[in-house]
Amino acid sequence: MVRFTKATTAWLLLTPMMTIIIGVVGYPLIKTVYYSFTAAHLASPATTDRWVGFKNYIKALGNSKFLDSIENTAYFVSVSVSAEIIIGVLVALLLNQAFKGRTLLRALLILPLALPTVVNAMMWRLIYGPDFGALNALLTQVGLLAEYQSWLGDPDLALWMVAIADIWKNFPLVALITLAALQTISKDLIEAATLDGANTWQRFWTVVFPAIVAPVSVALVLRTIEAFKVFDIIYVMTRGGPANSTKTVSFHVYQEAFAYMRIGSGASYALIVVLISALLIATYLWLIKKQGNTT
Amino acid sequence: MIKRSKIQTAIVYSSAILLGLVLLCPVLWLFIMSVSSTKDLTTLPLSWIPADISFNNYISLIGDFDSTSAESFLYALRNSLIVAISATVLSLSVAIPAAYSLSRLPGKRRSSLLFIAIATFMMPPVALVLPLYSAMASLGLLNTHIALIAVYCGVLVPFTTWLLKSNFDAIPIDLDEAPLIDGANRLQIIWYITLPIAKPALGAAALMAVLMAWDEFFYALLFTNDIRAKTLPVAIADFAAGRVADYGLISAAGILATIPPVSMAYFLQKSLVSGLMSGSVKG
Amino acid sequence: MKKSKLLMAAALGALVTASPANAEKTQLSALFMAQAAYSEQDIENMTEAFEKANPSVDVKMEFVPYEALHDKIVLSHNASEGYDVVLFDVIWPAEFAQYGLLTDVSDKINSATKEEILEGAWTTVEYGGKYYGMPWIVDTKYLFYNEKMLKEAGISKPPVTWSELTTQAQLIKDKGIVDYPLVWSWSQSEAVICDYATFLSAMGGEFLDADGKPVFQQGGGLKALEYMVDSIKLGLTNPNSREYSEEDVRRTFSSGQAAFAVNWTYMYNLANDPKESSVAGHVGIAPAPGAEGISTASAVNGSMGLGITSKSKHKELAWKYIQHLSSKPVQEDFAKLSLPVWKSSYENPEVTKGQEELLKAAKVGLAAMYPRPTKASYQEMSSALQVAIQEALLGSKEPAEALNEAADVAADLD
Repeated sequence: MVRFTKATTAWLLLTPMMTIIIGVVGYPLIKTVYYSFTAAHLASPATTDRWVGFKNYIKALGNSKFLDSIENTAYFVSVSVSAEIIIGVLVALLLNQAFKGRTLLRALLILPLALPTVVNAMMWRLIYGPDFGALNALLTQVGLLAEYQSWLGDPDLALWMVAIADIWKNFPLVALITLAALQTISKDLIEAATLDGANTWQRFWTVVFPAIVAPVSVALVLRTIEAFKVFDIIYVMTRGGPANSTKTVSFHVYQEAFAYMRIGSGASYALIVVLISALLIATYLWLIKKQGNTT
Repeated sequence: MIKRSKIQTAIVYSSAILLGLVLLCPVLWLFIMSVSSTKDLTTLPLSWIPADISFNNYISLIGDFDSTSAESFLYALRNSLIVAISATVLSLSVAIPAAYSLSRLPGKRRSSLLFIAIATFMMPPVALVLPLYSAMASLGLLNTHIALIAVYCGVLVPFTTWLLKSNFDAIPIDLDEAPLIDGANRLQIIWYITLPIAKPALGAAALMAVLMAWDEFFYALLFTNDIRAKTLPVAIADFAAGRVADYGLISAAGILATIPPVSMAYFLQKSLVSGLMSGSVKG
Repeated sequence: MKKSKLLMAAALGALVTASPANAEKTQLSALFMAQAAYSEQDIENMTEAFEKANPSVDVKMEFVPYEALHDKIVLSHNASEGYDVVLFDVIWPAEFAQYGLLTDVSDKINSATKEEILEGAWTTVEYGGKYYGMPWIVDTKYLFYNEKMLKEAGISKPPVTWSELTTQAQLIKDKGIVDYPLVWSWSQSEAVICDYATFLSAMGGEFLDADGKPVFQQGGGLKALEYMVDSIKLGLTNPNSREYSEEDVRRTFSSGQAAFAVNWTYMYNLANDPKESSVAGHVGIAPAPGAEGISTASAVNGSMGLGITSKSKHKELAWKYIQHLSSKPVQEDFAKLSLPVWKSSYENPEVTKGQEELLKAAKVGLAAMYPRPTKASYQEMSSALQVAIQEALLGSKEPAEALNEAADVAADLD
């Protein structure tokens, strides 16, 4: 039997993974760059990829609809991710207390996480229904709302309502991550702080906060990257309406490439999205690398 | 233990109840809609408890094989199962040796591979979808399971590699030494030494992979078009948009699509949590 | 662990890959929409009859919402086994012809057939002198009204002009019969363009001039949007209309929350069906109104056709299936939700029975059908217009300003 050197063995074991990454990610990414300089058309991408230089990019950056969709996405990301972090941390602090039913609640956190995204979107669309939706019924029956609202029909509200659906599904992730970090804090540390006369607030800042800040910031970036890709929930709930107020970048690229069939310019939009994502991903990698060094 | 005052206890319990309601109510309402008649759901003021409960919506989705609703639902379920399981099995069999290599046989250039892998699965799908679409078209693979399995591997392989690598790191390296001296090769070591110890991590990775594949919508929407390959999320999106008036049926479809991932997640709760954790705490 | 997983997968695979149909049968794959016009049940029944007559064929039907129909046809074009038969809208042949998505079937249609089918229906499948399918659904939007509510308000006749509709709706609102007398499908989708086109044609507007330049931002096109905006400002139109599609309109009207609704043919029999509607028996139908001195009625051409995809491997069989679905006897059997495309069917007592009112309205409506522009970039022009209309309806822009912006976009398209 042949004996390989350590390095050869290492590379051999990595080959299948690298093949898949190159085939399914590397090659397409390069091809997207190529497409973005062509006029490739969906009806026959292989024969229409005429070189057009920077035309697609110039058009993309001058397209106010695209810039609006970036703005919408940024808005959606900041609303949903910040709410997910705040609610998630609060829920984790709650679940770190001893009380009856804690295990049950923690199990319940799994429900939104495991619920398929499309079902989540559909469920909230039904709840938000302007005429027979549960939200309207609930709010008017308890007297919080005077008359029925068109939640997804109002451009000032629609993106918020979509964000709420996203928050509901994803805050449990932040909660579980934070909870795990909280459970690593030793009870002695808290008691010592209490004996030193620290109040709840001080205890939070001196003991709890340092323990959770790292995992929570990782969760923050992770959620930002995910939220930035948002597509399915928009596709099911609003399809970008009303008046494009919920149209996100992913939806814009989808429309350009698959409804208007312009793969070339669709690719240029996609690459602008990649640039933004790359920044976020780099932040993420930097964070976990830093953490890897300190722990 | 720090004693809580009465007020604090009250706050804890009332927030706990609030949290429980927030988590449970939306899904509970989805279920109530699924067993209510359209008439109950479209009368004002809305009544929260249906006058008569019927499981007809479920029957027409999974019981009545001749109807198109049942046909498209059941085929979608089949497609989702095939795609999610195959992609997971394939991904794990690629990710296990890769993770082992990164964990046990580190090298300078190779360690940057891990970061490439992480960056890879975070890449927005719009960056890759156009060439993948045209490649699948020229290979004649659009509207097949293979197209989705291949694309999902692109996400799942880097993800599971990363997850497993950080778990393998926790296994003492000494365990590999004795069999190596006895002449075992690395694949044998992975199979007989590493995997049995890493079983929980493997379960977590498999679970996460299945859940991710089960949930994927974007590629499935673009790469499949009919019952031969369409997966559940796409079927449900089509279903929900076309029958705006039939709340009950839409809800029933949603509930049915939720049962497999939720029950899986519950049975493997520990694995799920550890899977989520390792993604966020370690590099 | 892995071994048992593999075994499980294999077992599941064996279980679920059981071949979908008899292997010897030729499979046809057909794409339809799941909303308006024929119901799924109707199409299943029609297809069943076809399969009975052609036992060697197995038709796989796919139903998607209208909003997804266009993209599905486009996306499946590159699949090696895509659809054979697709339902397409009147506004798509220009685009589909330019990019070679549909098969030219001009030589399959003889002059006798041409004579026997309504002219308006043919425009659905024709582009540049060629035919890309058979007309299947001939449809336009009608004005539906709740007879009981009109009577209660002391109105004896449904409106014949749009301004009369405003007056009547105001009367009904003032008497407190219903909060919002009018309901429309004005969500950001093609549905709002269909309503807009109806108004535009009534008010003498045009989408494009003879040179293909947008002119909807002036004259009748502008008046059309102003009318829509005013009806919301006056509190006559249900504000939820801005997120409604046709099915929402039907539900609102059928639950007695509107006195008037504009919708497709299919609503007539469904709103009159006690199982589907609480206003059954009180549903009146009339052609969509006109505008004083300009028109007596208005209508949009919302017809749809069945075509064979250019990459279908069973073109002959696909054509046979299309011919079956669009044949006179089949269409006459299923004339409740969608009217036949055949001229002589309108004299057939079997067809007219029980829906005389619908046919009376159809006679006027179908003759007045106004086309939306036929151009390859229609999809893009339409979505710019949808956004403009919504911006005006939501009050974020003045109608003129919104339409001007859409016209600028449309002018840049080829």
